[in-house]
Amino acid sequence: MRKKKPDGSAVNSQLIRRPIQRWFPLFILPVFICFCIGFVWPFLQGIYLSFCTFNIPKDATWVGLQNYAKVFQDPSFSHAFWNTAAFAVVSIILINVFAFFVAYALTQKMRGSNLFRTVFFMPNLIGGVVLGYIWSMIFDGILRRYGTYLTANATYGFWGLVILVAWQQIGYMMIIYIAGLQAVPSDMLEAAKIDGATGSQTLFKVIIPNVMPSITICTFLTLTNSFKLFDQNLALTGGLPQVVDKAAKMKVNMTELLALNIYSTYNINKNWHGVAQAKAVIFFILVAVLALSQQYATRKKEVQQ
Amino acid sequence: MKVKKYSTASTILTIAFALVCVLWILPIVEVIINSLKTNDAINTSVFALPNSNTFVGLSNYVKGLSFGNYPFLKSAFYSVFISVVSTVLILLCCSMAAWYIARVDSAFARFFYYLCLFSMIVPFQMVMFTLTSTADNLKLNTPWTIPVIYLGFGAGLAIFMFVGFVKGMPLAIEEAAAIDGCGPVRTFFNVVIPMLKPTMISVGILELMWVWNDYLLPYLVLDITKYRTIPIHVQYLKGSYGTVDLGATMAVIMMAILPIIIVYLFCQKYIIKGVAAGAVKG
Repeated sequence: MRKKKPDGSAVNSQLIRRPIQRWFPLFILPVFICFCIGFVWPFLQGIYLSFCTFNIPKDATWVGLQNYAKVFQDPSFSHAFWNTAAFAVVSIILINVFAFFVAYALTQKMRGSNLFRTVFFMPNLIGGVVLGYIWSMIFDGILRRYGTYLTANATYGFWGLVILVAWQQIGYMMIIYIAGLQAVPSDMLEAAKIDGATGSQTLFKVIIPNVMPSITICTFLTLTNSFKLFDQNLALTGGLPQVVDKAAKMKVNMTELLALNIYSTYNINKNWHGVAQAKAVIFFILVAVLALSQQYATRKKEVQQ
Repeated sequence: MKVKKYSTASTILTIAFALVCVLWILPIVEVIINSLKTNDAINTSVFALPNSNTFVGLSNYVKGLSFGNYPFLKSAFYSVFISVVSTVLILLCCSMAAWYIARVDSAFARFFYYLCLFSMIVPFQMVMFTLTSTADNLKLNTPWTIPVIYLGFGAGLAIFMFVGFVKGMPLAIEEAAAIDGCGPVRTFFNVVIPMLKPTMISVGILELMWVWNDYLLPYLVLDITKYRTIPIHVQYLKGSYGTVDLGATMAVIMMAILPIIIVYLFCQKYIIKGVAAGAVKG
């Protein structure tokens, strides 16, 4: 776990501090300028533009909260939100249960566990777009036998995405769990063995409480990953199938998650640019809250130990 | 033979895992198989192995090189160029900035550090539209200049990881260098960078994987009629659905993932460590 270390000695060291400070334009200025171009300015402008209608940022006109009102009337946004939430719940359970048990099995005495680890981790290295393409071919191949195809039905698209993301992320979470499991003190396991604990007792009473920090990390990682998922969603179904919401007279992409919804809103036409930016701000707040509650949860765990 | 290293249960587990592993690499095997078949065979039976009628050798790969109205090798070149230059730039500039932040610890340094922490929780969708127009205005929309954008947007995580490491480094070594008359620039390159090497490898792998696989940022920033990276190229193949040449597409996908898998098999130890180090990113 991360811990703050005292750095008072650095401040006091005139031998080091002053000379470095003189090289300010070399050491920190270039990064700071790039950081402003690549993050600070777009971020601030993004917040401002969420209160405007605009085609390009230069011709923005202030409209107040109008964009946000439109976001909440947009059926595609709430659909994408619930879709994302359902997707997050399913993938958190699926990925963490599988990853934990794979990690548990691989940390036992077993032949070829290094090879298995290598294989399970491999899908992580392949980009989301390529993964989406590979899996859409496989799903279409399976569904063709039943005379249908992947984007025919939102249920296929949803579970297809779950399978794809599970395949990609189980290996990653497995690595974190393996690190956690290897850190369980061996004297504790020995003590449990001497006391005659059964395998499942050791697992639930000794091992799982000890790897709680890893479980917290992985749960939040899968949660934020699900919320930020974009490439896989775009490449697998692109949000299809599309249906028309009769009440609001708007098209709703049935397998769209939040990130893709923001992107496709922007691409409707220029009247929607401001609305897409307002959605992006809401999306940012959501992701930020998730990230901060992760920090809170891990801190709390550290205090308890 | 009393001392048995593995129990029967472990043997059963090994066999079970071997089967699961075969299942795990099946999607990639599937791509290899289909890249060697005719288009008709892919359409009618995706999962069949190629036989003497459907096997076409490497002709899909030859087609794949020029498929999709864009030469594959050109997109591969842009991908390699952008990933390598961005990663080197991020490693160099961010380690310098992190050293400054950790050692100088002025009000500005702290402010910048907190901004970096903040940037880690901001999703790309929040800045994508405005970043695109900023990049256009500043003429950063070519493969030669896009590393500047990657440095700007990726600085947060890299600085965070480097600062964490530099703060744990003993000050005495740098003091000794200073007493011996070594200026900050030389101290940084000859003393600090060698000590930073393990973190450099982790951060480097993390950034390399990110930039290499990134689709949306280059898609929005670059002029895609002229410049495409591999993910953009692959997405464009899918875009022209219906008339698509599946065999050639599979060959393109294979060419896109094969180098990564080979590199992975050779330095998996570093890659797993580096990617797992990024777990801190919220």
